[in-house]
Amino acid sequence: MSQDNVRRRIVGRGIALPGNDINTDRIMPARYLKSVTFEGLEAHLFEDDRRQAADHPFNQTYYRGASILVVGQNFGSGSSREHAPEGLRRWGIRGIVGESFAEIFFGNCVAIGLPCLTLNAADGGWLMEAVARYPEQEILLDVENRLVRFVGRTFPGMIPDGARHQLLTGTWNATGVLLEAGDAIELVAKRLPYVTGY
Amino acid sequence: MAETLLDKIWRAHTVRTLPSGQTQLFFGLHLIHEVTSPQAFQMLREAGLRVRFPERTFATIDHIVPTASQARPFGDVLAEEMTVHLVRNCKEFGIPLFDLDSGRQGIVHVIGPELGLTQPGMTIACGDSHTSTHGALGALAFGIGTSQVRDILATQCLALDKPKLRQISIEGTLHRGVYAKDVILAIIHRLGVKGGVGYAYEYAGSAIEAMSMEERLTICNMSIEGGARVGYVNPDATTCAYLKGRSFTPQGDAFDRAVTWWMSMATDPGAAFDDVVRMDAGDIEPMVTWGINPGQSVGVGERIPDPVAAPEPDRAAWSEALTFMSLQPGRPIVGTPINVAFIGSCTNARLSDLRAAAEVARGRKVAKGIRALVVPGSQAVAGAAEAEGLHEIFQEAGFEWRKAGCSLCLGMNEDKLTGREVCASSSNRNFKGRQGSPTGRTLLMSPAMVAAAAIAGKVTDVRKLLG
Repeated sequence: MSQDNVRRRIVGRGIALPGNDINTDRIMPARYLKSVTFEGLEAHLFEDDRRQAADHPFNQTYYRGASILVVGQNFGSGSSREHAPEGLRRWGIRGIVGESFAEIFFGNCVAIGLPCLTLNAADGGWLMEAVARYPEQEILLDVENRLVRFVGRTFPGMIPDGARHQLLTGTWNATGVLLEAGDAIELVAKRLPYVTGY
Repeated sequence: MAETLLDKIWRAHTVRTLPSGQTQLFFGLHLIHEVTSPQAFQMLREAGLRVRFPERTFATIDHIVPTASQARPFGDVLAEEMTVHLVRNCKEFGIPLFDLDSGRQGIVHVIGPELGLTQPGMTIACGDSHTSTHGALGALAFGIGTSQVRDILATQCLALDKPKLRQISIEGTLHRGVYAKDVILAIIHRLGVKGGVGYAYEYAGSAIEAMSMEERLTICNMSIEGGARVGYVNPDATTCAYLKGRSFTPQGDAFDRAVTWWMSMATDPGAAFDDVVRMDAGDIEPMVTWGINPGQSVGVGERIPDPVAAPEPDRAAWSEALTFMSLQPGRPIVGTPINVAFIGSCTNARLSDLRAAAEVARGRKVAKGIRALVVPGSQAVAGAAEAEGLHEIFQEAGFEWRKAGCSLCLGMNEDKLTGREVCASSSNRNFKGRQGSPTGRTLLMSPAMVAAAAIAGKVTDVRKLLG
């Protein structure tokens, strides 16, 4: 696997996006899914929320160039649209840290090499406020050691073993690994009654 | 040792344990549509890969399809382009497509069960979060993103962690006027929109066992709204009777053998769960959402809640929701004025849903100024509804009778809310902006409740119209 795909540690300025249950319809409104590519999605990230709130974090010039997104609970709930993490990635986000993630969104992020680490509520709340106060400071997301560091404080950052392994070995594009099973795939198919006609 | 359906299906489909510790799981059925598949096909081309099992993937067109007329080319050039790409991709890779002229087109989660493609004991994936729907037949069905659509096309497998399992047991009998939609809204209200993260939901108990297959499809459909990627009901006599004689269901002796295998996949008596939740069917009222996620709901007899009374972590979210919805805490939800009524979506656009709504609409008129539409879930549902005259009941009452598609559930075609319109909707998401207008507002409820709201012009207790 290419070293370029390894996601061991991510360092960058943060962007604090408060609120829970921010769903993928809000991250990427459905009208921008009418395309056969993911190109240009970054321009429409949080578009409706941004238009309705001048103080939306993604409207702030001081967050420009940030690469680590700080979120609350259940981020990315709702639709399975990979357009949401693709929009974030194309905008420049390289890692996400929050209190919890919706499951399909989490999987989609890993599948495009975007690590998501979770913090407990107290640490998450502290980080959200601290990043808003010190947007010029860098956050460290340490996938390997399961840590999050900001302005001298270090927290445990949780990530499931499987996702962590995929990120550390650069195998988050799972196709190659799955193909390595070879004929074992056909062998499983052939023992399933519905494949063989019962 | 007693096993669950989750255990049995997981074991039967395991190819191997991956170096990451995840399971490489084989998928028996893959469903695709025009929105989340084109990039996956492009990735496949760029990697020089073929579709490994083209006979195990099926396609249809649903999200962007216009519902006033399905004549090609579509007026919306972007929608037309996506359709052209889907048709071309299916042809190039040898994937069967239920196109608009097939008589079998419809919302992917309506046609899978309807055609008998969805069967007990299967693993199913689709690039759509409401894939959980198919679990109603005793399958494990996962909503996936586009990279995973690519993985399935290339390998028929995914790399997954096995979820934990929560049994949700609903005992007792539902009151008249209370539908499957109300049950799942009540479950999500109880467990929250993130309560199911990391879990599969097994729906059980006498109320679930008494449900028709279409009712179970409604329940499983909204598992993801409670955070659970997968939800299922164990296969039983209702499941087998539903499947008999469908296009892709085995026939003759093969059907009998299939039934034996299907029933063997059900959770064994005495199997252990990671969690069990019990609810009483008799406690459930017709439900209406007042907020911006599907957990923010009340019984139709209740009042809009006051954020002051909210648990502390939810207080800000309740306030944000009420501000967006322009609803007053303390007021009864009944009487909330609406502008639009939508009966449709993968949650509630099957024949029994349309029958329930037609029972309310029959001989009545949609209130002045209300835009009301009925969008059948598939061409087959539309045909069956027309054969029994439901379209005429709706049209005489002042509803528009449309062609099959996702429509106003997510506003990717011409069917959208305008400005701050309020929509009584039988769909699954009341998210900000969900129905095509960034400031549009959605009240989720059962199809019968939507019909009642259309007639009254405001939220109404459907039980008063059922006599």
